[in-house]
Amino acid sequence: MLLVLLAASAVVSAGFGAEPLPWSTVVDALANRLTGATGDAMFDVIVWEIRVPRTLLAIVVGAGLAVAGTGIQTLVRNPLADPYLLGVSAGASVGATAVITFGVLTAAGLWALSVGALLGALGAALLVFGVAMAQGGLTPLRLVLIGTVLSAAFSAVASFLVFRSANPQAAQAVLFWLLGSLSGAAWNQLPLVAGAVVVIGGVLVSGSGWLDALATSPDTAAALGVPVRAVRSGLFVLLAALVGVLVAVAGSIGFVGLVLPHISRMLVGARHRAVLPVAALAGAVFLVWVDVAARIAVRPTEIPLSVVTGLIGAPVFLVLMARRHYRFGADR
Amino acid sequence: MTRTAPPDVPPIQDTVVHIAAAGLACTAGKRVVLRDVDFAVRRGEMLALVGANGSGKSTLLRALAGIRRPAAGEVLLDDAPLRRLSARRRARAVALVGQEEAPPADLIVGEMVALGRTPHRPPWAGGDAAERAAVLAALDQVGLGYAVDHPVEQLSGGERRRALLARGLAQQSPLLLLDEPTNHLDLRHQLGLLRTVRGLGNTVVVAIHDLDLAATFCDRIAVLHNGTLLTIGTPEEALTPAVIHDAFGVLATPVTHPITGRAHLLFSADETEPHP
Repeated sequence: MLLVLLAASAVVSAGFGAEPLPWSTVVDALANRLTGATGDAMFDVIVWEIRVPRTLLAIVVGAGLAVAGTGIQTLVRNPLADPYLLGVSAGASVGATAVITFGVLTAAGLWALSVGALLGALGAALLVFGVAMAQGGLTPLRLVLIGTVLSAAFSAVASFLVFRSANPQAAQAVLFWLLGSLSGAAWNQLPLVAGAVVVIGGVLVSGSGWLDALATSPDTAAALGVPVRAVRSGLFVLLAALVGVLVAVAGSIGFVGLVLPHISRMLVGARHRAVLPVAALAGAVFLVWVDVAARIAVRPTEIPLSVVTGLIGAPVFLVLMARRHYRFGADR
Repeated sequence: MTRTAPPDVPPIQDTVVHIAAAGLACTAGKRVVLRDVDFAVRRGEMLALVGANGSGKSTLLRALAGIRRPAAGEVLLDDAPLRRLSARRRARAVALVGQEEAPPADLIVGEMVALGRTPHRPPWAGGDAAERAAVLAALDQVGLGYAVDHPVEQLSGGERRRALLARGLAQQSPLLLLDEPTNHLDLRHQLGLLRTVRGLGNTVVVAIHDLDLAATFCDRIAVLHNGTLLTIGTPEEALTPAVIHDAFGVLATPVTHPITGRAHLLFSADETEPHP
């Protein structure tokens, strides 16, 4: 059902934007592309070069964030964890800010922002990983604390870079990037992002038996024969890579990775085998519509995605909390 | 304390050593939690671990389960070092049901028990008919078959303990390590659970506070005190008033049950001991 909803959402969403198109035009443009027929060139460009990659990117990023959120909540055994907990997004913001304010990495051209964000994300993840290991291992509480502390530090560095910048437009650009946007969507970035989401999501699903045990308690998992240390390290690396890629193409979009895993658990229970795919599909549908809202709310300007997800996500989360029979994966 | 085993308790199957601790020591930071622990458990035997709070019972069980690395010494499973086994093979050989385990509330009872099948399947498999059958069999053994599709959070405290035991049983390992399995259970379920465990025929090491239950259901009793093994032997040998005074700081008086004729211990505070 979610799949049907996703397909319908994808087609309908391509109609929304600065230039509204009736969905029959969208279907025509897509059909013309697929059959090789020629239709209206302007509609073709709007649909095929702008709207479709953007919708596909929303699908992939939404699914990836929901998967990453599910994974991180299991890794740190904390229902409040979101994909950016590992310091990855704050690190990415340092990289992106350096690109925006000081023009580093200009050699990378159009990709400079993404490359800078990715490098910042991976550097931050390495630092969190290294500090946690040096202090005795990737235990949940330690990861939460180190991730939070280092995130604050990276944010401070990014703020400092903005403050030092002579460019008055820089602060605006950084803020827009930090709050997440899919406006840079293009066909050539889709394979990398989709590949990362599919491969890493697939690995997580295939390890779902171990994740179930790990979510119960690390001791129980160890007694059940799960190689706890290896699973934690592997999970960290996969999640850092996934979130790094997502942040690089879309900035840090809030709430998707926090709320969607909970919604998925309410729908299908606690087993990762079911939670991960459902969270991915629900996250994809959710972000497609969030992006539509971001495009049409104050047409013709776009608002950042985190503004929309925050406005939707916060009340949704409060409603979830009010439902007594759902326990956020925790016992007490 | 009962000196004779109830008639439905099967005798020890043989004298082959199943699991043994050799010079075992464990530390928590700089504090020594266990030291110089030596003993062997025979195949099919049920051994009780008794001792005051903090005497090292849980640590010893975790070391025997291979999830706590000893600071010195070795755990031997079937005469081979336990640490040489891969985690998965170890979990097929040894099942541990911990004391403080709170099962995740979102899980269904059947899903929670199915976690016990983890060492028997690759991490991507599960949820098939064979697993369901194993889960139901384990739940039936603890009398919880009716609850297989209930959410864990709707279970009573006693039902949770029994569901956790069912997870251990679903692991189908010949050695069962239980950390205070009778906590939170009423008298009837305490007896019922220990009778169930006794009837399995597995080798069992069980940490337990109730000395009377330990003596009733277990072949031998190991008494721990401040991280050392004070004594190990049959209930009569191990639970002497002198040992009980050393281990628990209370006075024990043996009496004979007026109806069954079994021996029990009466406890009274030792007034010479400083009150905690």
